Amino acid sequence: MTAHTQGRVIPDRLTSPLARALRSWEALLLLVAVAIFIANSFASPYFLDPWNLSDASFNFTEKAMIAFAMAMLIIAGDIDLSVASIIALASTVMGAAALAGADVPVLVGLGLGTGLLCGAFNGLLVAGFGLPSIVVTIGTMSLFRGISYIVLGDQAYTEYPKGFGYFGQGYVWWVFSFELVLFAVMAVVFGLLLHKTNFGRATYAIGNNATAARFSGIRVDRIRFILFLLTGLCSGIAAVCLTSRLGSTRPSIGTGYELEVVTMVVLGGVNILGGSGSIHGVVIAAFVMGLVTFGLGLLNVPGIVMSIIIGLLLIGVIALPRLWRMWRK
Amino acid sequence: MSALLKSREAILALAIALLLVVIASRFPAFVTPGNLASVFTDTSPLILLALGQMVVILTKCIDLSVTANLALCGMIAALMNGAGVPLPLILLLVVALGAVLGAVNGLLVWKLDIPSIVVTLGTMTIYRGIIFLLTDGKWVNAHQMSEGFKAFPRAVFLGLPVMAWIAILGIVAFVLLVNRTPLGRAFYAVGGNPHAAVYTGISVGRTQFAAFVLSGALAGFVGYLWVARYAVAYVDIASGFELDVVAACVIGGIAIAGGAGSVAGCVMGALFLGIMKNALPVVGISPFWQMAISGAAILIAIAFNARGSGPKGRLILKTPEVRA
Repeated sequence: MTAHTQGRVIPDRLTSPLARALRSWEALLLLVAVAIFIANSFASPYFLDPWNLSDASFNFTEKAMIAFAMAMLIIAGDIDLSVASIIALASTVMGAAALAGADVPVLVGLGLGTGLLCGAFNGLLVAGFGLPSIVVTIGTMSLFRGISYIVLGDQAYTEYPKGFGYFGQGYVWWVFSFELVLFAVMAVVFGLLLHKTNFGRATYAIGNNATAARFSGIRVDRIRFILFLLTGLCSGIAAVCLTSRLGSTRPSIGTGYELEVVTMVVLGGVNILGGSGSIHGVVIAAFVMGLVTFGLGLLNVPGIVMSIIIGLLLIGVIALPRLWRMWRK
Repeated sequence: MSALLKSREAILALAIALLLVVIASRFPAFVTPGNLASVFTDTSPLILLALGQMVVILTKCIDLSVTANLALCGMIAALMNGAGVPLPLILLLVVALGAVLGAVNGLLVWKLDIPSIVVTLGTMTIYRGIIFLLTDGKWVNAHQMSEGFKAFPRAVFLGLPVMAWIAILGIVAFVLLVNRTPLGRAFYAVGGNPHAAVYTGISVGRTQFAAFVLSGALAGFVGYLWVARYAVAYVDIASGFELDVVAACVIGGIAIAGGAGSVAGCVMGALFLGIMKNALPVVGISPFWQMAISGAAILIAIAFNARGSGPKGRLILKTPEVRA
């Protein structure tokens, strides 16, 4: 809002890449992560156990899977608040299919398919009809979870085939769970997609100036649609993992995840107004949030107090750099 | 533009009338004046919150923390009542507290220029968390509240409960505020064109701050009404209700991009949801349908709004011979 009142400083030389990397948000965040790690290992003797750490990773893997796609969506200047509701709907579809005797591959297909469909619905409304993404996804947030409530009411699906438990409870090797490995793979895939492809460049371009992007030949609406599709797909993946881990589906599954996903993305240094951010920032932010919740959990801090801390983090990480800039001026 | 807005509100009024006719055709008892009055009373909190949300949305912001604010103020009202604080003082204090909580949102938006959706997503969890810190998750139940505390919203005055009168008073006050005061015009100016607003001497941030304080004060007051009416206070009261509040505004034609919308539309949006909510059990549809229905209503309403706003650019010189 104040952009029109501020001048712009153009430096006479560029800082070196190393100095820039050290002074970046990601470096600061990494420092925070290390500090929390050390503080936790002093605070509780159980923290440094590899199995405990592996268990702790479940705190953030599912949310981080969505956060990668959400980061790209936010960089492009949109937002999707319906992700947690997509989880609920995808989980409900899988639960109904499992009750009807569907196999594991069919269940996974249905989970991912539901995610894609929901993403396509959001994308169609936002990119196709040009409606603002905040209200559209507030609407679909009610709609998708509302459908779960219509189907399930106060009931739950708890009958899942044996092999389905692998996605949320299985281990690939030693302490490395399937979810943790999937998280790493998706981090690499999204990192490459955002930072090394034309699609990624176009995402930044749209977030910085959608009109200029359109005039430079970028198919803005198609890319925004694909980003919603990706967010839906990632929510579907998270739904498969979460449902498999919990072994049951209630319509309230994953309530409040959208807040934590957005917090993770913003904490990772993505500009909420679009145009800048990185996947490695989001990865570190995922670890920071996972470590904070796990450390507080070991200290017997109740969940709702953790959510206060997450809320403070969300506002704090945006407010502090701005306060710092105001103070220096 | 005003003709367009009028027709929009006419469409909404028609939709509400149609809804009532459909319900009345099966269940005539629903449209008796007595029942409609009780539907209105039941919708009063939504109307009041939607009015506060409306001015926030007019200034291009959104306040997702209203119901967390409501729950916190409601809990504090209940705790003060338990400590023997007289009711008028409680009312004053919850409004003040609500305004302070709103001011926190407003300051973060105004002074630090943080997008309102981020601020209020954050304060939403913080405010609710504070209730837990205050109470350790315990409930304040009906028998712990004094009779006077519970009776005030239900007291009948000229045939209507006080709660309904407060909603009517709120509507009148907002009509005057929005149409007859400089602040009211500033809400529209800031949302319609922030740059132009600055050049006319209106501070964008300060106006947004005022909107948040107003929304917060209303939320605080409704917090007391809510707790007194349902005679219970706990961490999760009105959780998720903020979506209904935003839905009421969107259905009422308040443009989410700011700068357009009317009190009449906003109130009708809230009434539409309120009638729907009260009619579902009467018609025999499970209340679990309500969430999906309000979601669908939001989507239909924004599609309508977008259709009404028309194309962004306009061809001004169609053919050379037009002017020649």
